[in-house]
Amino acid sequence: MSKFIIAVYVENKFGVLTRVTSMFTRRGFNIDALTVGETESPAYSRITISLSGDGYARDQLINQLRKLFNVRKVEILERGSSIDRELMLIKMKNSKDTRNDIMNAVSIFRGKIIDYSQDALCIEVTGDPEKIDAFIGVMKPIGIIEICRTGIVALERGSGSILNK
Amino acid sequence: MKMTGAQIIIETLIELGVTDVFGYPGGQAINIYEALYEKRDRIRHYLAAHEQGAAHAADGHFRASGKVGVVFATSGPGATNLVTGIATAMLDSVPMLAITGNVPRSLIGKDSFQEIDITGITLPITKHNYFINDIASLADSIREAYRIARSGRPGPVLIDVPKDIQMAQYDYEPQPIAPKFDNLHAAQADIALAAKMIDESERPYLYIGGGAIGAGIADEIAAFADKTDAVIGCSLMGISAVSTDCPRFLGMQGMHGRYASSMAQHNADLIVAIGVRFSDRATGNTAKYATKAKIIHIDIDFSEIRKNIGISLGIVGDVKDTFERIAALVQGGKRPKWMQFVDTLKETEASSAPQPDAMVPRNVLACINKAVTDDTVIATDVGQHQMWAAQYCRFNKTRKFVSSGGLGTMGFGMGAAIGAAVAAKERVVLITGDGSFGMNLNELATAVSYRTPLTIVLMNNGVLGMVRQWQTLFFKQHYSATTLGRKTDFVKLAEAFGAQGYRVSSIAEFEEVFQKAFAVDGPVLIECPIDKDEFVLPMLPPGGSMDDIITKAEVAK
Repeated sequence: MSKFIIAVYVENKFGVLTRVTSMFTRRGFNIDALTVGETESPAYSRITISLSGDGYARDQLINQLRKLFNVRKVEILERGSSIDRELMLIKMKNSKDTRNDIMNAVSIFRGKIIDYSQDALCIEVTGDPEKIDAFIGVMKPIGIIEICRTGIVALERGSGSILNK
Repeated sequence: MKMTGAQIIIETLIELGVTDVFGYPGGQAINIYEALYEKRDRIRHYLAAHEQGAAHAADGHFRASGKVGVVFATSGPGATNLVTGIATAMLDSVPMLAITGNVPRSLIGKDSFQEIDITGITLPITKHNYFINDIASLADSIREAYRIARSGRPGPVLIDVPKDIQMAQYDYEPQPIAPKFDNLHAAQADIALAAKMIDESERPYLYIGGGAIGAGIADEIAAFADKTDAVIGCSLMGISAVSTDCPRFLGMQGMHGRYASSMAQHNADLIVAIGVRFSDRATGNTAKYATKAKIIHIDIDFSEIRKNIGISLGIVGDVKDTFERIAALVQGGKRPKWMQFVDTLKETEASSAPQPDAMVPRNVLACINKAVTDDTVIATDVGQHQMWAAQYCRFNKTRKFVSSGGLGTMGFGMGAAIGAAVAAKERVVLITGDGSFGMNLNELATAVSYRTPLTIVLMNNGVLGMVRQWQTLFFKQHYSATTLGRKTDFVKLAEAFGAQGYRVSSIAEFEEVFQKAFAVDGPVLIECPIDKDEFVLPMLPPGGSMDDIITKAEVAK
């Protein structure tokens, strides 16, 4: 089992995301995360999918995506030649005993405290999913109230665009 | 020219060359039917008894003619009744346009009367679908739908049109029919490699499927087999792609394949698979499937390559183009040892023929084979009778076998046979069973209304025979819910619908009645009693391989 990141350009039309996700359900694909958003072109949206599986699952997912009529481009983003980021908001209990530990971790992980109150503080952390996981690992023993992660966005390194590939 | 949305729908269909549509009207389709009425001299509508029958008719119309099938239905239950028909078409790669009415846009999302999200429901069973939100996109959406339906690997497309769009006015300008989307052209290196593999093989087997029917390469395949001393087998969907009279044709392979065909495939050292998708019913246990063979898989749909089975060489491309290019490169040669082996298989198979006058399915089918012409379409329902027909019916021309393969839809037959008869304009034979026929026999009313030339051969064994066969073999003869115990008088039933009905008790009698039916103006039903323990053989147990093949009923019991 390895992790894959797949970038998909789809036509920016009503219901296209449903077509993509409905296909996952029908074909039994298990997706780790999925993000969707606008792109440089108003005609397209970009979906970033992360998936764990073997080569067969990866090939099937790509083939089935390419068959959908509103899908314009499907590319695997290889780990070495692409950059990926995820953003997390995490809400922690705020108490005198733990405040310093939290502040130190936020500084080491280059996070930001974006909300502060008597009994809680909210932190923003950006990075690749492994960094986010590591930060959660540090926070867990202290007492997490709530977590919200965006899922991965990713681009290929260099000057190319996958749409023109 | 200014037109209503409903008129635009009909005009666009006429523009696309559609001459026959099947359907059922309703509140949200009434405007479409009004526009249809205005153009009744250009486009003929066939009213079914139920939308499912209409969808199967559109499907059968395509299978017999190669022309995209079109079906109309109203919103809500009209649309949901299409679902089985659309799914049947999807699984068998049948191009179809399903056009449904829906409530006006102002009522969408409010659980209005007969409102249903049919584009949502049909998402996984259509190649693509449309909810028309803007009348400006109506004509182009229908054109695009038609193009998608028939391009590449064909499939059904649904277009849902809210009633206010049907009523709105917009400019309509006719357009020429757009060509199919570009077919993929296989790489020459793959073609050359395939030719080399074929020339180096000792026991080549051509395995043909529905993709070969669309390609229309019956003669090319037969000539290729002659040149290379290959034998030909097919999937259920590949029946009638090559003449069954071709001496190298061994018939269907797979779970209920002909013995010689399945055995030859099992022993082949090279399988050239053309327009097939290696369904589980065709392969059995994939780990034990054709273990001695390399496989070349040719298909227009790239996603079929290595989906179900590991192969040596996958070639994505237009089947006709790819096959012809490979054929041009192949040297050919004699393979006497392989031919000798296949002859032995054929002899073993021939020794299992039944007594000639016994009232058994195979003899009924032999009578049909004798009485029909090369142009006769034979449709089936789903179950034992379907497998017997697939094994023993004779076909000399393409598009003459109409049967639900992938979805295995019981109740497919009546609608499909009516649609096929509309396309063929001559008598169609439907082979069905009492189980399947019971599902959609309401379409007998349709066949009577349109005086459809249709001979229904009803194999009545009083049980759901295919499931019963499994229960006999694998469930300790626990006949749970498969003994029908019905008291239906099929002769009276046919007469009540306004058709002719006959019950025969011998092969001689069947022969006579079947012949007589050709002179009848309209549908004829012939009920043939069949023993409830008649088996479909050979059989590969589910998940089994050729090593587990069951060839004798005594062994089975």
